[in-house]
Formats: sequence, C-alpha cells, structure tokens
Amino acid sequence: MEKKSTFISIAAVCLVLGMMLAIQFKTTQSYQQATLPARINELSQQLNTVTEERDALAEEVLILREKLKNSRDYDQAMLDLQEELQRASMAACMLPVEGPGIIVILDDSKRILQPGENPNNLLIHDIDILMLINELKASGAEAISINGERITAMTEIRCAGTMILVNWNKISPPFEIRAIGNPDMLESGLMIRGGIVEMLKVGGMQVNIQKMEKISIPAYNGKLKFKYSTPVEYKEEKAE
Amino acid sequence: MWLLAIFCLILGIIIGFNMPLLPVLYAKYMSIAVLAALDSVFGGIRAYMEDTFDNLVFISGFVANTLLAAGLAYLGDKLGVELYLAAVVVFGVRIFQNLGIIRRYLLKKY
Repeated sequence: MEKKSTFISIAAVCLVLGMMLAIQFKTTQSYQQATLPARINELSQQLNTVTEERDALAEEVLILREKLKNSRDYDQAMLDLQEELQRASMAACMLPVEGPGIIVILDDSKRILQPGENPNNLLIHDIDILMLINELKASGAEAISINGERITAMTEIRCAGTMILVNWNKISPPFEIRAIGNPDMLESGLMIRGGIVEMLKVGGMQVNIQKMEKISIPAYNGKLKFKYSTPVEYKEEKAE
Repeated sequence: MWLLAIFCLILGIIIGFNMPLLPVLYAKYMSIAVLAALDSVFGGIRAYMEDTFDNLVFISGFVANTLLAAGLAYLGDKLGVELYLAAVVVFGVRIFQNLGIIRRYLLKKY
C-alpha cells in the first residue's frame, strides 16, 4: 500500500520534472536562436538599402561622366577645369570613392544589465562614434562613412532619442564605419594603447576591425544648402 | 522503481518538448523552479537510500520548493534584489551535497 503511493508520487514528480526541464531547455534555446533571424533580417534590409543607394549613385556617376565627356568635346581647355571640379567634388564628398581601408563594426555590449545599472553603459553613443571618426581622420583617412552615410565637413553625429543622426538620417547599431586610407595606419591609430577601441572594449562594446584591399564609400547624397553663406569673389592679388 | 522513474522522466521530456514556448519573461523563474525541482528529486533519492523516505514530505517538498523558489525570484525582481542568486547558490550547494551522499551510499552498497 505504502509502496504503491510512493511509486505514483515518484512517477508524477519525475514527469513534472521532465516537463519542466524540456520546457526550460526549449525556451532557452529558442531565445538564443531568436536573436539570429532578427539579425539576418536587419542585415538583409541594410544590404537592400545600401544596394539601392549604390545603384542610384552609379547612375549619377554615369550622368556625371557623360557631362564631363560633353564638356571635353566642346573644349579641350575644359579638361583642366573638369579635373579641378573632380578634385573639388571629392573634397566635398560629392563623389563615391574607393580604395584600401578598414571597416570597423561597432555594436552595443551584449553584457546583461545588472539591476540598478544605467542601461546607457551598454550602448554605443554619439560621442564614441565621434571619437572614433576623429581618430580615423587623425590617422589619415581620406573618406569616411557610417552605415552608408558619408561624413562631410557639415555632417553631424548626434544622439536623437534611441537613434543616432548622421546627415539627418537615423542610424542604429550595428554601426559600420568605413574609412579609406592606409589600412595599417588606420588600424594602429584605433588600436593604440589606451585609445578609443580599448576604451570601448573595456565598456564591453563589440568592436571588429577588418583591413580591406578595396572598399567603396558612397557620395554624400543629401541636399547642399547654403542659406547664409555666399562666396567671396576670388581676386588674384598677386597679379601684376 | 528506477526504471519507472526514468520512463516517467523521458515521458515528461517528450511532453515538455511538445508544449508551447514559455514567454522569455518567465524563463528566469522557470530556471529557478527547475533547479528547486532537481534539488527535491535528489533529496528524495537520498532519503530513499537512507530509508527515511516519506511520501508526503517528498511531494510537498517538491511542490513547495519549486513554487517558493520561483516566487522568491519574482519577489527579488520586484524589489530590485537578486534573490534568485541566493536560490541558485542554496539549491546548487544542496544538489551537490545530496549527490555526494548518494554517491557514498552507492559506493557502500556495491
């Protein structure tokens, strides 16, 4: 009699335990996997937008080339001017460029938040990106983009709620920062002891630097507006 | 007896795998509950080996420990204290103690 009820209770407990174990196992596993498809979606979306952007830019390049060719046909003397225009456009970030460089991928920390801890400690902030960009410029980067947004002389990098604004476009992690320049110089500039990457890594951020033979950086695709400034007429003061 | 327990465990695992997913929010409490349940089961095995197995104590301990552990973790979350860590430590230690005692009994027996 006693034995029978013991059997039943052990059977019941084992049944419940097995169920709990299985549910917990499944939940944990699915939770870990759930982050993967979301990331894939995000990446493919990013790829789509970047591809579209690139196609549009490629079209623009063709048009520009056509214009260049036309003016060349008109007058051979225009060539120098065109070249100058090209250089000026490059300096103004109005042309897509390519060359050797590095790709830095920044993402928020995966660390689990402790109770009472400020969630901001785990996030990449505008200031982090600014410092990184500054370091890249100091290391001789010739062209820089963040998530496909070209960094121009006027570009702002600024917090806006949960997003970061670059060229007035919202970008969100993971941040892909591309810089054209000497890849070794750029990398060592970032990896310098006590530098920005070390600082970010101490904070638990995910930083990934890849040296590339050839990367392409899109042109600035926003509007050019000069509301307040007008050019001052250029005078050749050294003329006779 | 052992065969029955293992059979039921496997049956439970099969049922569990066919159950709907738990919301992530409750996964933490479930993990504590699983730990408590494991502790109770090992405690039961130990008691069985010591011949002090009491059916009522076993069942009530299983249910109460499981619910209490989950409840404690929940309370801790509400209070901002990581009480579930306490549960993890206590149950972890007890599981290892029970396992040690079971091992000694098995060694003595064979």
